Amino acid sequence: MSNLPIVLVIDDEVQIRRLLQINLEAAGYKVHLASSGKEGLQQASMVRPEVVILDLGLPDEDGIDVLKKIREWTAIPVLILSVRSSEQDIVRALDAGADDYLTKPFRSGELLARVRTALRHRQLTEQGESFVTGSLSVDLAARIVKRNDEIVKLTPTEYSLLSLFVRNAGKVLTHRYILEQVWGPTFAEESQYTRVYIGQLRKKLEDDPSNPRLFLTESGIGYRLEIEE
Amino acid sequence: MTPGPGTRPDPDTLLHALKKEEERATKGKLKIFFGMCAGVGKTYDMLKSAHEAHGKDIDVVVGIVETHKRPETEALVAGLPIISRKKTEYKGTALEEMDLDAIISRKPQLVLVDELAHTNAPGSRHTKRYQDVLELLDNGMDVYTTLNVQHLESHADSVAQITGATVRETVPDSILEQADEVEVIDIPPDELLKRLAEGRVYTPERSQQAIQNFFQKGNLTALREMSLRLTAERVDHQLRDYMQTKRIAGPWKSSVRLLVGISSSPHSVSLIRWARRMAYTMDATWIAVYVETSRALSDSAKAQLAKNIKLARELGAEIITTADEDVADALVRVARQQNATQILVGKPHRIFSLRKSLLDQVIERSGELDVYAVGGEEKAAARRIIHFPTIHSGLAQYAMAAGIVCLVALACYPVHAIVGYQTISLILLLTVALLPLKLGAGPVLLSAALSALLWDYFFIPPQFTLSVNMAQDILMLVTYFAIATVTGTLTARIRAREKAVRSREERATALYTLTRDLSIAPNQDEVAKAAITNIKKFFGAEVAVFLSDQDGDVFTQAHPTSTFTVDEKEFGVAAWVYWNEKKAGKFTETLPFATATYYPMSGPRYPLGVIGVKPELENRFTVDQEVLLENFVRQIASTLEREQLNEMTKRSIASVEAERLYKTLFNSLSHELRTPIAAIVSASEGLLDTATSGNDKVKQDLNLEIHTAAERLNRLVENLLDMTRLESDRIKPNLDWCDLRDVVSTAVRKLSGELSGHSVTVEIPTDMPLVKLDFGLMEQAFTNLLHNASLYTPPGSKIQVAAQANNHQCMITISDNGPGFPKDALPRIFEKFYRVPGTKAGGTGLGLSIARGFVEAHNGTIRAENNEEGGARFVITLPIHNGSQKDMQH
Repeated sequence: MSNLPIVLVIDDEVQIRRLLQINLEAAGYKVHLASSGKEGLQQASMVRPEVVILDLGLPDEDGIDVLKKIREWTAIPVLILSVRSSEQDIVRALDAGADDYLTKPFRSGELLARVRTALRHRQLTEQGESFVTGSLSVDLAARIVKRNDEIVKLTPTEYSLLSLFVRNAGKVLTHRYILEQVWGPTFAEESQYTRVYIGQLRKKLEDDPSNPRLFLTESGIGYRLEIEE
Repeated sequence: MTPGPGTRPDPDTLLHALKKEEERATKGKLKIFFGMCAGVGKTYDMLKSAHEAHGKDIDVVVGIVETHKRPETEALVAGLPIISRKKTEYKGTALEEMDLDAIISRKPQLVLVDELAHTNAPGSRHTKRYQDVLELLDNGMDVYTTLNVQHLESHADSVAQITGATVRETVPDSILEQADEVEVIDIPPDELLKRLAEGRVYTPERSQQAIQNFFQKGNLTALREMSLRLTAERVDHQLRDYMQTKRIAGPWKSSVRLLVGISSSPHSVSLIRWARRMAYTMDATWIAVYVETSRALSDSAKAQLAKNIKLARELGAEIITTADEDVADALVRVARQQNATQILVGKPHRIFSLRKSLLDQVIERSGELDVYAVGGEEKAAARRIIHFPTIHSGLAQYAMAAGIVCLVALACYPVHAIVGYQTISLILLLTVALLPLKLGAGPVLLSAALSALLWDYFFIPPQFTLSVNMAQDILMLVTYFAIATVTGTLTARIRAREKAVRSREERATALYTLTRDLSIAPNQDEVAKAAITNIKKFFGAEVAVFLSDQDGDVFTQAHPTSTFTVDEKEFGVAAWVYWNEKKAGKFTETLPFATATYYPMSGPRYPLGVIGVKPELENRFTVDQEVLLENFVRQIASTLEREQLNEMTKRSIASVEAERLYKTLFNSLSHELRTPIAAIVSASEGLLDTATSGNDKVKQDLNLEIHTAAERLNRLVENLLDMTRLESDRIKPNLDWCDLRDVVSTAVRKLSGELSGHSVTVEIPTDMPLVKLDFGLMEQAFTNLLHNASLYTPPGSKIQVAAQANNHQCMITISDNGPGFPKDALPRIFEKFYRVPGTKAGGTGLGLSIARGFVEAHNGTIRAENNEEGGARFVITLPIHNGSQKDMQH
């Protein structure tokens, strides 16, 4: 792509907007700023960004309402910004259609990684090659899973879980989402399943199951399959 | 008069004067229009002054004014607002009195109350009008009133002597002393007689009678002198008070102290009044002493004694009761104890008597003290010469005495021939000697006489006659009778004294028991209970207790442990006592129709409450019972005060503690915030400075500084926020199935930077079941604990996290091989803001406290201890509920 990817930042705090602009532009993105929900929605329809970074704590409108409004006419990835202790807000936002989240204060490395992931996500679904992260490689079409080039046997449930992660690699997945996707909507509250099965995946696929580097727990929210370069 | 040590007034006197001044400021002012007798124009002058005040826009009302149908007076009343009188009925007669409540609710600035010495009709709140006036003054209203000299308590008998007419209505002299202004209405006797003749004082018919009896020129002159002298004395006193408060050097209150002995005889009344006048003249304080002997008093004597004591108290004496057989001895003893300088004793009435008069005894023992002998009225009650201990015996006792004597005589009759009649006398004598152990004096005397007669009749030859032939028999008979009487009397007296001693002992025990119970009472309710139990026990009375609340506001109901129910009327009496801090109720002068007597409990700042006592037997208490009861009330009041002070201390300690915590927090925070901010500011300034920004290494270092400081600030803010959440109890753990390994590894990963210099091992068995926890909270707890471990152990130390579980709980330990906790720090390690003394800066001391808060929000426990092999260890236990474990097997 010859054009720089466009990022829309919706945040009422001028310092956050400035910081995000500096970081993103340094990483090669074109940044548009909005300081309120209303302005953000206007900009979104005018500027046609490829990623939206949305602050949940907007003064004029509830961030989740803005998110829902965006989701009414587009599926572009939305990253939400929030504070550490409002995990339930983050889960609500993710369940309402957000793709990923960042807590303030955020590391610029994380920010850029999430943005990259958000953009890449669209590419991955388009292509369908083997997915590689760290010592793990997964071929979704052939249903082959390898760790350090050795084939690993997975149960059907374990594989469903893994493929869900691979298809959403780098993105956070809430417990509810995982349960609904892998086990079905009736299992939406049975978080013990995710715990157990993630444990299994880690045992089989991580180098050090006690210190996982691929299947990361996002405390209070869900899990993320980290993309290691 | 020699001044006391130094020429400065002593602090007590000054304090007294200051207190009086203070009281004066809030109380109403009393002005007395004082005259020698009726008709001098007091009411008239009072009304004129009232009109003047009215003209100056002062709110004046007429409380009550007696015009006696005098036209000029009636004209003056017309112009002022009148409060209608309260109409009451008593025994079929309609009576009118001043409506005290109406006046109080009207709250005028000035009230006119005529005839201060008037006695109120039964059913009124107070028995005397002057008490009504005192209440008006207490409520802040000024009062004008009228008074004749004959109505002053201390002068009542002098006036009676002069005019021949007894004075029935009196007021205590303290009223005159208390008055702010006294205006003497004085006219020459001739002028008064002229007015009388003109019918301007009484109606013509009454005038004639009045002139003959009371209004004789000699009388009038004497009365005039009395009233003028009184006024002059008052001015003298005021001058002295003034000099004292202004600290003008001058003769101070004399150090003379009078002591007067009072008894149940009516003669005491004039003695008391005399003492009062003398004390006032000499500017001395005076004490009235009642000496209680083993001689029991009749009811009328008790009543008179109570009256005497009350009178003495009203006239300003300090009352002291003491017990002793020897009255003179007791008077002198008390005089010495109380540093009295003079003793007043009444002169004896009989010139010839068998024993030394009291006066003589006192003079004998007085030593260095002065003794004043005061004469009295001739018609005082006669004193008995012989002390008969009068324990009242009923008819039954007489019958028993007679019966026993007869029985013994009968028993002796058969054997008299063998033993002889002299021996019989000894047997009879023995009987008479033993009788007083059970019977009173009267029966004993009867038995003595009877036994003598029986012995004479039945045993002394010639038998069956009363005549006695032989001289020695006569002698024996007489001696027998004498011995019988004396022994009987003595034994009776011993018994009486024993009884008195026992009752005194009982009193002491009562006070002791009360004090003991009060001292162990842990709170106000227990104090009330102890008070009620003890009063009930020792006085046989029903008790109601009213306690004011913590802030000193009046009570709204009786304490639940009270033993009699208080209806609205009684409650009103209790409330009155609370507001006025004076005794009231049955047997008192205020609100005497109540069913119980109510005693105020006064505290230093506000009244503590009221105790109502209803004696079981409807009789008044004796003087000593009354004294004991008042002692009880004082003790209870002081205990309540103690309780309140305790409460205050507790609250004050709590606030001191809060203050301390605040200071610690402030200092700690202040430092913790400023340090990283300082680093950020200076480092960023350095980066902005073009001189340094060229050097890459310097730039890198400064950036690192900023980064480190920022992370530190971030951690501090998160800690503070967590702390706030904990404090406001808003931590509701979101319990969900968690893998402990997951939690620990997340925490470890988050701290990878800080833990980089340490080696961290996690030992959690793979079959560790899932536990229901709040992931975020436990993760933060572990983070804090790990961070703590990294801070306080040297680089290269090992940190180990281990976990295990059983059916009831799971246990997680975080241990290191560093230096461990200092012994004395261990108990305080989880305290907010606590940091082990001597550690380097870098933490707020909140981390462990937050960890504990989060663990406890899960109903878990956390403890800190030192490893056996050295190093520190934290042990967390979390409960596992039934069915809350899920195995990892599937």
